[in-house]
Amino acid sequence: MPALSSPFVFRNLPALLMMAIVLPLLAGCGYNTIPTAEENAKAAWSQVLNQYQRRADLIPNLVETVKGYAAHEKETLNAVVEARAKATQVTVTPETLSDPEAVKRFQDSQAGLTSALSRLLAVVENYPDLKANQNFLALQAQLEGTENRIAVARRDYIQAVQAYNLTLRTFPSVIWATLWFRDNQPFANFTIEEDKMQTPKVDFGTQQGG
Amino acid sequence: MHTPPSVLPDISPSRGEIGGFADGAFFAALKIVESRGDIQSPPLRGRCPAGQRGARRGINLTLLSVTLVLLCLALFLPLTALAAELPVLTGRVVDNAGIIDAATEAALTRKLADFEAKSSDQIVVATVPSLDGEEIEPYANRLFRAWNLGQAGEDNGVLLLVAKDDRKMRIEVGYGLEGTLTDLHTKLIIENDMVPAFRAGDFSGGIAKAVDDMVMVLEGNPEELETRGERNQQPPFNTDDLFFAIFISIWAIIFFGSIAASILPPIFGRKLGPGRYRWLGMTFEPGRRSSGGWSGSSGGGWSSGSGGGGFSGGGGSSGGGGSSGSW
Repeated sequence: MPALSSPFVFRNLPALLMMAIVLPLLAGCGYNTIPTAEENAKAAWSQVLNQYQRRADLIPNLVETVKGYAAHEKETLNAVVEARAKATQVTVTPETLSDPEAVKRFQDSQAGLTSALSRLLAVVENYPDLKANQNFLALQAQLEGTENRIAVARRDYIQAVQAYNLTLRTFPSVIWATLWFRDNQPFANFTIEEDKMQTPKVDFGTQQGG
Repeated sequence: MHTPPSVLPDISPSRGEIGGFADGAFFAALKIVESRGDIQSPPLRGRCPAGQRGARRGINLTLLSVTLVLLCLALFLPLTALAAELPVLTGRVVDNAGIIDAATEAALTRKLADFEAKSSDQIVVATVPSLDGEEIEPYANRLFRAWNLGQAGEDNGVLLLVAKDDRKMRIEVGYGLEGTLTDLHTKLIIENDMVPAFRAGDFSGGIAKAVDDMVMVLEGNPEELETRGERNQQPPFNTDDLFFAIFISIWAIIFFGSIAASILPPIFGRKLGPGRYRWLGMTFEPGRRSSGGWSGSSGGGWSSGSGGGGFSGGGGSSGGGGSSGSW
């Protein structure tokens, strides 16, 4: 048997050597590019969720504080509470990030909350006592900070998704995408829509809904 | 082998000489000069059309490559312009708007250096003349991340940014300090310290007061501050690192030193005799055993991260904490 197997080894020596050299090089050739980019995008998404959650956590306190001074602004307050309830119901797990519909729903619900909040803050302008309240000042500072954190997290996510989608579509990583990562779908990104919708919605209108 | 000293320096600089060399042996050299694209001597034109065609092609190639390079430059120019927008981190106080007086700047720098030595928190004060139309929040975040303020992994940096012409200021807090220096703290510092002073035109005073208060807030929890400081203390002399560096460099010298000692002297060195070269003040004989010694790579290695002198960010990042204001 050894007499038979050793010619086999010798005949295939070039191939074996080739494999021994090439297999470790896979990592160097960008095999890791796609999973790395994918995990980065997922982590960036978790940060987005984290910051939106932070905003949602601030809202009950804010509503309570405003209620103490402007109880008859019921409609605006209710709109915020409802929008918050709606926004916290819609979640997007990292597994469904490649579904543009799910991301769109999430985005719409958060946009609804954003516009309800901005209406509330606009209403607050009419109550000088409330604006001077320390508790309200604290909440307002936190809310501003959180909105900015959301903006940063969204920007990071947009960049991470761009990097990930690029690896799926550009050479040379597209080779790996077609050979090994066929199940990987491009992630849906934030559309500019929300930002565009926000600005005109800041009005003193009294109708409900977001 | 030794080539004779190149002919190019003898003819290239001036036109007249090239005219004199135009026919005969130096034609080849001339062509090289021409293909460099700088000179085309009129007398040559009529005499040797073939050579001229060669030169033309050379020029065309040069033109082509120059165009390509210019094109690349044009493509990259917007990128570099974008990157150049951010000020350079020259110290703990980067007063590009020129609104902080020298005494305050020196005092602030000392104070912030002392504070970092104690707590490892990096606070940087930056003033810019203008934001060029950008909002201050994204600008501050970009600047914070470009400067990598705070220690890596700890993200304990703070950036106090003042945009003079936009009349805006922001305190951007790194991830790691968001819990200590909260949005409310920064808001209060901006509204109570900076805005009144800035309105009165006292930039130095407002900034100094804001820094004092930030340090006070960060020192508010002394135990936490000290543990953070200790956690990020880089021991000035880590014996493990030293042994590792010595081990690696010995092996590197054994592996690459002998190879380099046999290959590099013939290339870069001066030839003394058959198989003997002089390079870097040493005599090498690659053919023989025991070369003259290769003490080339000494010192300079393993410089530890934090040295004196220059100041740089520790690798921290910010997620947009803090708050902004205007005056």
